[in-house]
Amino acid sequence: MATKTYDAGVKDYALTYWTPDYVPLDSDLLACFKVTQQPGVSREEAAAAVAAESSTGTWTTVWSDLLTDLDYYKGRAYRIEDVPGDKESFYAFVAYPLDLFEEGSIVNVLTSLVGNVFGFKAVRHLRLEDLRFPLHYVKTCGGPPNGIQVERDRLDKYGRPFLGATVKPKLGLSAKSYGRAVYEMLRGGLDFTKDDENVNSQPFMRWQNRFEFVMEAVRKAQEETGERKGHYLNVTAPTCEEMFKRAEFAKALGAPIIMHDFLTAGFSANTSLANWCRDNGMLLHIHRAMHAVIDRHPKHGIHFRVLAKCLRLSGGDHLHTGTVVGKLEGDRQSTLGFVDLLRESFVPEDRARGLFFDQDWGGMPGVMAVASGGIHVWHIPALVTIFGDDSVLQFGGGTQGHPWGNAAGAAANRVATEACVKARNEGVEVEKAAREILTEAARHSPELAAAMETWKEIKFEFDVVDKLDVA
Amino acid sequence: MSTEYNLGDHETVGRYETFSYLPALNRDEILEQILYILGNGWNASIEHEHPSRAFEYYWPMWKLPFFGETDAGVILAEIDACRRAYPDHHVRLVGYDNYAQTKGHAFLVHRAF
Repeated sequence: MATKTYDAGVKDYALTYWTPDYVPLDSDLLACFKVTQQPGVSREEAAAAVAAESSTGTWTTVWSDLLTDLDYYKGRAYRIEDVPGDKESFYAFVAYPLDLFEEGSIVNVLTSLVGNVFGFKAVRHLRLEDLRFPLHYVKTCGGPPNGIQVERDRLDKYGRPFLGATVKPKLGLSAKSYGRAVYEMLRGGLDFTKDDENVNSQPFMRWQNRFEFVMEAVRKAQEETGERKGHYLNVTAPTCEEMFKRAEFAKALGAPIIMHDFLTAGFSANTSLANWCRDNGMLLHIHRAMHAVIDRHPKHGIHFRVLAKCLRLSGGDHLHTGTVVGKLEGDRQSTLGFVDLLRESFVPEDRARGLFFDQDWGGMPGVMAVASGGIHVWHIPALVTIFGDDSVLQFGGGTQGHPWGNAAGAAANRVATEACVKARNEGVEVEKAAREILTEAARHSPELAAAMETWKEIKFEFDVVDKLDVA
Repeated sequence: MSTEYNLGDHETVGRYETFSYLPALNRDEILEQILYILGNGWNASIEHEHPSRAFEYYWPMWKLPFFGETDAGVILAEIDACRRAYPDHHVRLVGYDNYAQTKGHAFLVHRAF
């Protein structure tokens, strides 16, 4: 029955896309944007504009709108909230019908939600704070190729965080010298070593040569220590064909884990690689180069918790989360929030942690949180407390900067970590008793004593740029 | 481990995952870890294996996991019994976390050599 007539021209977005009475469906994809509108634009109009431009709307009505049921497909701004302590911006909540998005495509979700709308003139700044993926959508995504439980079982490591390190100097070593650094760290007690994200296949060290020497180092350290070891072989490459070639070679060498940079390489490449890893029993470590370009500004861009959710859906077994205590940016409560989003099966709304929605992951496996960047033995009590067991603590400089070299540096980190885990299990408040725990452990470990002397309580005490907006 | 005569060197030695970089746990310390396992609602279990086969995933279980056992003393006594029965084997204590569907804790309580 024809009930609408075509009326050409420009209409206020709010007339169509501001629907404060709407009750979101369980199957809707929900978004929370922090909107800073241009002067003279009402909150309702700005929120509606964001909903329109990120879904079915354009700047003017078109006749072909009437060939479909736009009420079925449109995004709806359904709630507006103040941002605590910020008069200039507000939160806009938008509900999108499930059928706006291709199944299993993080690419499609992001192209829609953070596409043109971020350059839209009516808003001065726009930040995607959080997304609620309905379980219906979660079930269309592959997710982590293996997950935390599978990784623990394969590596036979339980009841403690994993320990890793990025090989330094990160650029310039020959493959054989690089393998030496790997061997020394693994025999000293680390579980993993890692290619730096910058290491792909440069003239000083081509990937094939690196993979062979590194896997020799892994094999020997494993034999000598009796523990399972791995090195994140970085397969990030200029093309997907090249990426898969490197992944296949890593598998042929018996590598248990490879690595990928999901933002610079892109979600299509990442999802394909995750699928390959699932089929080939390969663990996948994910680095996040470029994230701070997107997530650091408090008023514009995408919060990292959204990128973390997208990665869990696209697929990865490890993801860097920052350290809270090291050299890189990271607020403690906010970090705890997205660490939960990576690992738990259901995460409830918790504004104190920056979580705007409940998120149900169903049976999707979890992702290990990776804390890396400027951390050393003195940080371990805090890291064990913050990150718990299902994490990888990565000490690059904090292993290789040890006065006696990599093996001793690795042993120092391992002793300190195990001492903290043991004390925690005994009911000790590890962060408070940090000095006593480490001092006692160092009585049996000259390696730890030397590390403690080298990095006498260096801290990186700068205030974070992106703080949670809390009342 | 470095000692006075080789200060600055780190010798590679065989390890056994969690807590194998600490001095061997004494009886009281093992008891604390059993309490941690039970306190988490996990099921304690004991595994043992000859050192020559220690790298393998599956170690023989000593009896069944002690489902529902909440007395740490009972677990400690079972560790002792396992050691007596297999004096030349490593003995490992495990806490099965049935919610996470994996081991929540696992460490060597007796090293055979």
